[in-house]
Amino acid sequence: MSNNSVLIIGAGGAGLVAALHAKAKGADVKVITKEYPTRSQTCMAQGGINAALGNAGEDSVAAHIANTLKSAHGIANEQAINLLCSEAPKAVEWLDSIGVCFSRTKESKIAQRTLGGASAPRACYAQDYTGLKILHTLYDRCLAEGIEILSERFFLEIHTQETNEEASIKGASVLNIRSGELEFYPCKSLIVATGGYSRVYDKYSTNSKASTGDGVMVAMRAGARVSDMEFIQFHPTALKNSSILISESARGAGGYLLNSKGERFTDELAPRDKVSLAINNEMAKGEDIFLDIRHLGEAFIDEELPQERKLAKLYENLDPVNDLIPIKPVAHYTMGGIEVDENSQTCVKGLFAAGECANHRVHGANRLGGNSLLELIVFGKQAGESAAEYALTNTDAIVDVNNSTIIEELENYTNEIDFYKIKESLGELFYQDVGISRDKEGLEKTLKQVENYIQDIPKMGVSDRSKIYNTNLIEFLEFKNALELSRLILLAALSREESRGAHFRSDYPNEDDSFSMHTIIDKDGVVS
Amino acid sequence: MKITIQREQIVSYEIADGDVTLLSVLNDIKQNQDNTLSYASGCRSGVCGSCSMRVNGKEVLACSYKVQDGDFVEPLKNVALIRDLVVDMDKAYGFNALAKAWQKQESNGVLLSLADEKINELQSDCILCGSCYSACPVYSVNSEFIGPFSLTRVWKYVSDKRESDEKEKIDIIQNNGVWDCTLCNECTLVCPQEISSKADIEKLRAKSAMAGYSDPSFANSFGGGFGFDGSPSF
Repeated sequence: MSNNSVLIIGAGGAGLVAALHAKAKGADVKVITKEYPTRSQTCMAQGGINAALGNAGEDSVAAHIANTLKSAHGIANEQAINLLCSEAPKAVEWLDSIGVCFSRTKESKIAQRTLGGASAPRACYAQDYTGLKILHTLYDRCLAEGIEILSERFFLEIHTQETNEEASIKGASVLNIRSGELEFYPCKSLIVATGGYSRVYDKYSTNSKASTGDGVMVAMRAGARVSDMEFIQFHPTALKNSSILISESARGAGGYLLNSKGERFTDELAPRDKVSLAINNEMAKGEDIFLDIRHLGEAFIDEELPQERKLAKLYENLDPVNDLIPIKPVAHYTMGGIEVDENSQTCVKGLFAAGECANHRVHGANRLGGNSLLELIVFGKQAGESAAEYALTNTDAIVDVNNSTIIEELENYTNEIDFYKIKESLGELFYQDVGISRDKEGLEKTLKQVENYIQDIPKMGVSDRSKIYNTNLIEFLEFKNALELSRLILLAALSREESRGAHFRSDYPNEDDSFSMHTIIDKDGVVS
Repeated sequence: MKITIQREQIVSYEIADGDVTLLSVLNDIKQNQDNTLSYASGCRSGVCGSCSMRVNGKEVLACSYKVQDGDFVEPLKNVALIRDLVVDMDKAYGFNALAKAWQKQESNGVLLSLADEKINELQSDCILCGSCYSACPVYSVNSEFIGPFSLTRVWKYVSDKRESDEKEKIDIIQNNGVWDCTLCNECTLVCPQEISSKADIEKLRAKSAMAGYSDPSFANSFGGGFGFDGSPSF
């Protein structure tokens, strides 16, 4: 291990971009992921990546900033949004220059389409495989640069050392899923890029089963703070039976939302918080909700939305060319996450974060479609460069530390309660009471339940005793993280007695200026 | 319904009737019948490539395959088994690096037309699920064969106007590469993204010929210097 090493946990878009830029700055880089890089959540992004290129209609960086600010509902960092939006054209240009296969226009420009809340067609796309194609190209780029990527290792713990009353990073413990062995990786600086935590909602989420927020909890245990945990985006159009995402681009292209009577009931291209709330209100009246893209025609659907057609056929046994698509809103993106400064650094020196696990305060109370892929590129770069700079200038010696005891502690768990059942109940509870519409009673009831579950953790456990590829163990570790995260979400949601963006309180239905601030939680659970 | 899974031993599981994907059945077995069953999964919507396995001898994504009574489920072939249905993809992924399946350097101001986009649109849909390596009879006997998804990835890059040095990649795929393929088309039949690596390999052969390479098997197996009709060529 060299003296200037940057360790990156997570190999989705943010992690790989960070790796490329840290390496370019001269640092030694190692990337660790609990899956394989190309299996990361980023591959599921469909709609596009925002940049005011004006290729499909007049647009400007100023308009991108204005739309993002508006959707954030007053709790965003304007400087961070300025950076995000003004760097966007360069970010897309860079992706194009490394080989991302974007869709093109007749004029040989990158094609763009309109997503919700955008005043112009701004989302650059690659059919409905935008995230897949970006992620794979980034992966290829990392191979080209000889960046070492270690797959199938679960992130357990960040090791720090107290010097002069300040903690500094020493390395990370991971569990090698294949061998069952603990591994310690020393480093000078560490970037957490482990993704969001929408799977707290279990089956009521569009996300990969891996989006369990492990990195957020690990960072927090190491002293980082989290913020805005209550802001969870519900995507309006997931398939009703499977929660599989139907991209916003279906509405961007002119798709309608209909109730059981076949009536439209909302502006389909409003931001996601508004559309999901409108759907929620209809559903409360007993209506079933459908997405209708039949009028777009088979040729258009096959060209622009091929994946959507395939998924609807497979999971709902219907063909969107001829049929209405039954949908429901489910958890899709977590705006909150690890608190970072203008260099993507947390309050722990040498610990950085980027991507959905981090809160760069650009999405505020509601993220715009197309801004999350953008965030990965812009802040992945920032985190990579900052972490490299830190590693290159920090003179602390690399040390070995005692390995994590997290796995050892599980030995005493009694496994008399089936955690899979609790995981399912937690998802149901959260969808019901911590979903699109919340109130004090439901939140308090859920908090009580979650605290009971947390107390019961030692009565849960794993029944698979194998060391080799023990997914029962990994799923339990993920669930433990999700359970602790759900407590933080509840604390934050209870403290915000107002409605703002994705956080709608039926008992406080209006925005209240006195809450025009971020909800910050530290490792002792204190909310400020 | 009943399905059978190749684990250390062959194990049968009774499952509820229904029109469901294999992945949801596996999830159900794991959570309700046997916590030790091991398999990989992720997006459950066919884009992450985690849950490739074989059913009744054919490669499928568990998340995209609807279970039938009596199905026999096995791990992928031609790859190191880790446990139950989980295999180690590192070696297969390693071929991407070996074949330098990336764009050599950042392009600058290269414009791509709609026609340019179509050249490798399908190839860039690849999810690296590894089904093609499992089905490939050449890879099963030659573990150094660069193999279907890596060759498709090479085609993706060399067919792209942004690539400045296609010769380097064409050079690499001459050994254990394009000429080793028997064009049997098994890879195409199992690809969940409907990519034909066989067709991409044929296109790479044409590019190789343009770069001055020829099929070494003609030179070797025919004693050197016979034409397509078997007549000597001088």
